[in-house]
Amino acid sequence: MTIQEIQLEIIDEFDMFDDWMQKYDYLIELSKDLPAIKEDLKVDDNLIKGCQSKVWLHASKNGDKVSFTADSDAIITKGIVALLVRVFDDQKAQDILENELHFIDAIGLKEHLSMTRSNGLVSMIKQMKFYAIAFSS
Amino acid sequence: MALDIQKIRAQFPVLHQEVNGKPLVYFDNGATSQKPQMVIDAITHYYSKENSNIHRGVHFLSQQATDKYEAAREATRRFINADSIEEIIITRGTTEAINLVASCLSKSLFKKGDEILISTIEHHSNIVPWQMACEQTGAVLKVIPVLDSGELDMDAYRDLLNEKTKLVAVNHISNALGTINPIEEMIPLAHAKGALVLIDGAQAVPHTKVDVQVLNADFYCFSAHKMYGPTGIGILHGKKEILEKMPPYHGGGEMIKEVKFEGSTYNDLPFKFEGGTPNIAGGIGLEAAIRFMEEVGVENIAKQEAELLAYATQKLKEVGGIRFVGEAKNKAGLVSFLMEGIHPYDAGTILDKLGIAIRTGHLCAQPVMARFDITGTMRASFAVYNTKEEIDVFIAAINRVKIMFG
Ligand SMILES: Cc1ncc(COP(=O)(O)O)c(C=O)c1O
Repeated sequence: MTIQEIQLEIIDEFDMFDDWMQKYDYLIELSKDLPAIKEDLKVDDNLIKGCQSKVWLHASKNGDKVSFTADSDAIITKGIVALLVRVFDDQKAQDILENELHFIDAIGLKEHLSMTRSNGLVSMIKQMKFYAIAFSS
Repeated sequence: MALDIQKIRAQFPVLHQEVNGKPLVYFDNGATSQKPQMVIDAITHYYSKENSNIHRGVHFLSQQATDKYEAAREATRRFINADSIEEIIITRGTTEAINLVASCLSKSLFKKGDEILISTIEHHSNIVPWQMACEQTGAVLKVIPVLDSGELDMDAYRDLLNEKTKLVAVNHISNALGTINPIEEMIPLAHAKGALVLIDGAQAVPHTKVDVQVLNADFYCFSAHKMYGPTGIGILHGKKEILEKMPPYHGGGEMIKEVKFEGSTYNDLPFKFEGGTPNIAGGIGLEAAIRFMEEVGVENIAKQEAELLAYATQKLKEVGGIRFVGEAKNKAGLVSFLMEGIHPYDAGTILDKLGIAIRTGHLCAQPVMARFDITGTMRASFAVYNTKEEIDVFIAAINRVKIMFG
């Protein structure tokens, strides 16, 4: 699936929920399903320090595609991390750079990005794009 | 006399709104309190009818604005029982007050090898200015340890004090733990070694009666915005004989007597430390905030908050799986805690969805978090307008969080 298709799929999934509680319950589910990052990758070099929650992100080059693995110490953050990984993982570096992320706003989780720095998510997205730049050159 | 809390709440327009579809429960008073209508009105009235620069114009508006701004200084003097208005320096807040003292003492007092003594449970604004002073002068920063209870280790304090100690800077009440520090005991101990004492009263003045003459610290500072007043205005109280010996802080208008290119002479206290046009509306708002606190009665405020603290602590204990961070015997109206296995960010997010505003994270006191081996806490901090019913709503939300993440 393309990045756009995955984003639309996520928006569809979230459309099923009537209230925010269900949304957050789903994020909790997603956080549990996110494949664990390998312990040896959970190091300071891969750490994105938010003011409140931490995110670990590691990327590797896989042909012309980029693989991501990530984690967070807070569950809600981790649920959103899982969505970001789902959108960008195993995509071409060029596509990662060219596609806008609109789904977070569309599913009503924008506040987690606007609380700049507090959870590390904004920096995580930046970091994913940096990896894509590094791997496409 | 019991307070009529509903009548008090009615004076705070911000409280009467819904957040995320739920009635707002505002428990982030430690960060900043809400403002009563009389403070809002004082500021609006100033800008609508009275705006003018102060201390310079001979015209009517300027004189009137000057009188009102100076009335705020006098109200503050009375409120904290300072000896004279010369001792009341108006600043942008606690942070600026501490930076002023740190900067001026770096020029006049601190020498290489001197010691500046702070505590483990300080707000960053009572840490970083002293680190900067040390960098500039070669003085050394020393830190009073804290016990598991959240109380300062007084034996260690006595041991740390020595002839090299030039200044002790500690808070009156800790914003991270709520501990009321025994400053009545600490100040004379420091003086006995010849050290000056600065007290960060940002969390104390909103909640307890402060008498600077009884306390006898050399400097005492606080922020208006945590005591029902506006942001961007605060107070540095300093002893006159010490302020007189200190060099000025910011150069500019207001703080000078005469300016010549060969050299300028500085104004008298308190103006010597007040360069530039000040936050006039803020000063006028501070005066209204003091009137508000005096009308309600500081003792009544303290009593109401103590009841809320006891009730919240009791109810949180009943929830189970709560780790309290800071359990000092003497505590002011805030609880810092963690829910077993639940990240404060997750809990704070859900509480926000339920209309409840608390603070989560390191609370601008990272060394405290490091000391307790945590990265942050959840903090509910109370003001006079909070109620037990709000605490019930808060506890119900905590239980919901527990189910969601448990
Ligand atoms: C204990 C303490 N000191 C200092 C400050 C800083 O106050 P301000 O930001 O108003 O300068 C605060 C505010 O959070 C505080 O709680």
